[in-house]
Amino acid sequence: MSGPVLEFRGVTKSFGDLEVLHGIDLAVHEHEAVAVIGASGSGKSTLLRCVDLLEDIDDGDIFLDGEVITDPSVDSVGVRRRLGLVFQAYNLFPHLNVIDNVLLGIVQGRSVPGDQARVIAHELLERFGMAGREDDLPDRLSGGQQQRVAIARAFATRPRAMLLDEVTSALDPELVGEVLEAVRDLKDEGATMLLATHEMGFAREVADTVGFLHEGRLIEIGPPEQVLEAPVEDETKRFLRRLLVAGRA
Amino acid sequence: MSDAAGTAPGPAVPDRRAERAAARRARTLRHQGIAIASTVVVLGGLAVLLLTSPGWPVFRDAFFDPEVFRDSFPRILEAFWLDIRVFMVVEVVVLILGLTVALLRTVDVPALFPLKILAVGYTDVFRGIPTILLVYLIGFGVPAIAVGESASGAQPLAWLPTEPVVLGGLALALSYGAYVSEVYRAGINSIHRGQRDAALAVGLTERQALRHVIVPQAVRRVGPPLLNDFIALQKDVALIAIIGVTGEAFRQAQIDSLASFNYTPLVAAALLYLLITIPMARLLDRWERRRQTR
Repeated sequence: MSGPVLEFRGVTKSFGDLEVLHGIDLAVHEHEAVAVIGASGSGKSTLLRCVDLLEDIDDGDIFLDGEVITDPSVDSVGVRRRLGLVFQAYNLFPHLNVIDNVLLGIVQGRSVPGDQARVIAHELLERFGMAGREDDLPDRLSGGQQQRVAIARAFATRPRAMLLDEVTSALDPELVGEVLEAVRDLKDEGATMLLATHEMGFAREVADTVGFLHEGRLIEIGPPEQVLEAPVEDETKRFLRRLLVAGRA
Repeated sequence: MSDAAGTAPGPAVPDRRAERAAARRARTLRHQGIAIASTVVVLGGLAVLLLTSPGWPVFRDAFFDPEVFRDSFPRILEAFWLDIRVFMVVEVVVLILGLTVALLRTVDVPALFPLKILAVGYTDVFRGIPTILLVYLIGFGVPAIAVGESASGAQPLAWLPTEPVVLGGLALALSYGAYVSEVYRAGINSIHRGQRDAALAVGLTERQALRHVIVPQAVRRVGPPLLNDFIALQKDVALIAIIGVTGEAFRQAQIDSLASFNYTPLVAAALLYLLITIPMARLLDRWERRRQTR
């Protein structure tokens, strides 16, 4: 088996005096889905933003297909074109209709000819249940629909890895299902995924590996049945119990 | 108890809908009646007060002389065409200049740093000087240096434009460009950071993100404040009259007014400005309303 698609080695990141990530070691292999769980503020989003080079890390390194991407000399645009990031708040471009949201990255970023890009975009939107909505502006769509467009947009370039940042947290409960469905689709497609979530059912179902992030440290990592059903660490147990009480597990 | 009330077959519920609608109609009518009556009383009272005051005939003859109006209006209207042309040309220059300056102030490219300093200096200086002073300074200053001679007797700056209308337009463009650049900059800064993140995440460069994602949204957002500055510029075109631009509406009205010892030509010019600025203001209101309902 070849090396991991994504690898973190001793990744450390602070915002001012606040250390958000501390010595993170983690590997995501081809076709694998790794879910990082943890309370809000535990550093999950920062972890994903660091991979997409939207944040600079302070120490350690992140590798994509064995190449270090966190070296200051690395072309960050080139790295981002090999990754797909989906945001908690969708972050669709409100001035562009659905299809142009998907097209912008392929046409401008990857210089795929317009006709070809259009075919790709149509296919993707259809796959994620958005056929027929190509000409709508994002504000005409529900949150679930917007997030599905955002997933199509991130996946349009067939990235080496998909980074999903709490993709269901901003949604009304009845809309969560359709977005989870889209993520399951990605999984079936064989996408390599790193996702941050506090949706336990989601982690259990989609993830091959679950890591529990607590105050910037990955304190427990393993298969979902182990981490979610029989955690070893007290903090993990406490976190899962809190979720259970809140009805989110 | 409430359960029982919900299921028990009680007395037939009277249809209150018609009754409520009638009450609402009556209230609307009553409010309209009061508004009309109060308007007639207040405005009518003011009109009567004005028209019966001893000073009214003097006032009327000085500002609203129909004969003077008929005589001067065609000339002023013709001159107003120059105002409109100057306005349109200057407006285009202002939009381009303002956006350029705003972008220079926004982007973080080390090589462009000197331009960034210049952009900051430009906005500070030109926004801080009264427009009328700037028109005067450029309108008279530039022709003065254009004919200035060096020690050898040559005129090294003879290539400078000396046409008052060009210089007046330039002064207006510089003044309004500074204002408008700040409007654009506010718009650019108001676009949520997540938009830039998303643009970078789909693989755009910083420049592409600015061009395809940030600026288009910023421009849409600042439409109303920009239109507000257009209205101000449209009026300020009259300032170029002070450097001797002939055939401009205010200047023409001034000439006619001096010739007839009457202020009616100035009122006529004022009407022409209002003819442009009031519809623009209404357009602005409608635009704002539409944005709010969206």
